Amino acid sequence: MYGNDFSAEDAPGGGLLGEVEAAEAALRAAAERGRRGGPAPDEDLAAYFAAVVDADQKIEPRDWMPEAYRKTLIRQIAQHAHSEIIGMQPEGNWISRAPSLKRKAILLAKVQDEAGHGLYLYAAAETLGVSREELVDLLLSGRQKYSSIFNYPTLTWADVGAIGWLVDGAAIVNQVPLCRCSYGPYARAMIRVCKEESFHQRQGYEILHTLAHGTPAQKAMAQDAVDRWWYPSLAMFGPPDTDSTHSAQSMAWKIKRFSNDELRQRFVDMCVQQAEVLGLTIPDPDLRWNDERQSYDFTQPDYAELMRVISGDGPCNRQRMAHRRAAHSEGAWVREAAAAYAAKRAQQQKEKVAA
Amino acid sequence: MSKEQAPLWEVFVRARRGLSHTHVGSLHAPDAELALRNARDLYTRRQEGVSIWVVPAAAITASSPDEKDAFFDPAADKVYRHPTFYEVPDGVAHL
Amino acid sequence: MNGPFDFTLALGDDALIAAQRLAEWTTRAPEMEEDIALANIALDQLGAARLLLTYAGELEGAGRDEDALAFLRDDREFRNCLLVELPNGDFAVTMAKLLFLAAYQLPLYTALAGCADERLAAIGAKARKESAYHLDHSSLWVKRLGDGTEESHRRMQAAVDQVWPYTAELFAPAPDAPVDPATLRGQFDATVAAVLGEATLTRPETGWAPAGGRDGVHTEHLSYLLAEMQVLHRAHPGARW
Repeated sequence: MYGNDFSAEDAPGGGLLGEVEAAEAALRAAAERGRRGGPAPDEDLAAYFAAVVDADQKIEPRDWMPEAYRKTLIRQIAQHAHSEIIGMQPEGNWISRAPSLKRKAILLAKVQDEAGHGLYLYAAAETLGVSREELVDLLLSGRQKYSSIFNYPTLTWADVGAIGWLVDGAAIVNQVPLCRCSYGPYARAMIRVCKEESFHQRQGYEILHTLAHGTPAQKAMAQDAVDRWWYPSLAMFGPPDTDSTHSAQSMAWKIKRFSNDELRQRFVDMCVQQAEVLGLTIPDPDLRWNDERQSYDFTQPDYAELMRVISGDGPCNRQRMAHRRAAHSEGAWVREAAAAYAAKRAQQQKEKVAA
Repeated sequence: MSKEQAPLWEVFVRARRGLSHTHVGSLHAPDAELALRNARDLYTRRQEGVSIWVVPAAAITASSPDEKDAFFDPAADKVYRHPTFYEVPDGVAHL
Repeated sequence: MNGPFDFTLALGDDALIAAQRLAEWTTRAPEMEEDIALANIALDQLGAARLLLTYAGELEGAGRDEDALAFLRDDREFRNCLLVELPNGDFAVTMAKLLFLAAYQLPLYTALAGCADERLAAIGAKARKESAYHLDHSSLWVKRLGDGTEESHRRMQAAVDQVWPYTAELFAPAPDAPVDPATLRGQFDATVAAVLGEATLTRPETGWAPAGGRDGVHTEHLSYLLAEMQVLHRAHPGARW
């Protein structure tokens, strides 16, 4: 809806959008093929579940599923939803100061989309038998995490651009494979989210492109933002494969379809050319093309820092959580009023019927 | 249900004239009026619909996917497990 | 507020400042669903502001575009009503402000849709549909807060009492303007009376009636709002964004 005026040729992410379309087509095709019937009375349920997943069919909410599969999905979808909701804060920080009315409208629409994505994902998680209230409580009490990237501050307007280009870019690389996730509601939610997010990445790229071709002060602002957001963005793909605890089982269940390192590499390979078009420098002196691997060699992010931020000691962890808790608790009287009003109306309705 | 947690509603959207309403997802709202407004804001931000239905999730009786209820999670009363998210949306403008 | 330029500028400023205040709710709304609704309304107001300020700039003929008008004027040059610049307060204050604004903007834009100026008529035709939604949304909430719990009733009544005096300014006569605001008073009163009645709320007596926004004499709040809104744009004179 917004950011349409950016020419398609140099907009990044076209290939990824194609993958979203392909995932959507595959989902329709799988539905066409029809799932095999339910398990026979004496059939092993685990074998039945595995057969459905192996056939690239979707598991739907009332299907039997292993408890660990359900738990893994709830954790992953919930953390994804929390990330969308907390992720509104760093960018929301610049809505009031956006430098033009057009940019203000785009940013407001983008942050609003993130709230929408959070709600799509909470709804998908709820199909697994957990309530919104429980999920919100898990976030507010700190028992479930959100993406660590949102614990970094947005210090300048260029950070809005860098978040769009790098953070949304990394998120899309992460999320596109999830459009083929074995759990139907999650896969469908991700298709919708990815389609809507393509504009997010484009608007970020456009902001940086404009700044990088603007005044010297604007260009410096853009480079500074890329310098600060590059490594945290690489860390978004999670710890290296050698240290990743959940990966193997999630890959077998087709919840996850590529390893952390594979996705990180794909992201780096995408960004290099995009940075060249921007005229900005990726802050990695060891970044170079490896002809043998047909990929770029690059410096890994500081995983010790990632762990520190995950455990709560990033620059903004406390601020983000305090903000979310305050919004929730300050809104309690409003939610109570709405519930009381609804109860009164329902009671009046009942009395009318009885009379 | 606590007094704070608003009930769950299933949302159905008619994308264009000539098509039937299709399930697109769910949301929370304290009553039907607000559910309808919330549905408009959440599921039709990009003009995806010409008509919306909201239905209390608790009012839906869902069949089991197959003949043997006993094989499925013993939570047939938890209808909120049923809402499949939605039919894949039609293409978003400009993509 | 007389000629088409002053009139268009005042309407554009109303919408812009209302959008800026509503957008402050982003990430802070009482429920996540409401966060989305408030952002929608802010986007509507911002969209109307852009159309109106762009047209005001053309009417003026001095080469000022929407951004020059939004970011490079000082508070004394803004022509918005005081109502929209008041701080958000709690959710009840925001809903009271929105109810009164929408109950004014709906008949205003409806009248504008039938006016002789084609550009203003087109803007009115688009914006009145949005105002109808804003009125619907704020009415739903005012009723729920007014007739909800004891606490919400107390807060909602206090909000109405606090904001009501600022509505008088909206209807100052301007017989030469494309739409004379004085002619909208009857519809506004009827709309508000119906909502407040259903919400079990009392309309305050009209007494103190602060004004001055249309002449550029504002509350202390506007200058702070503009300082925040304009800071980045002004720090880079002439830059493109």
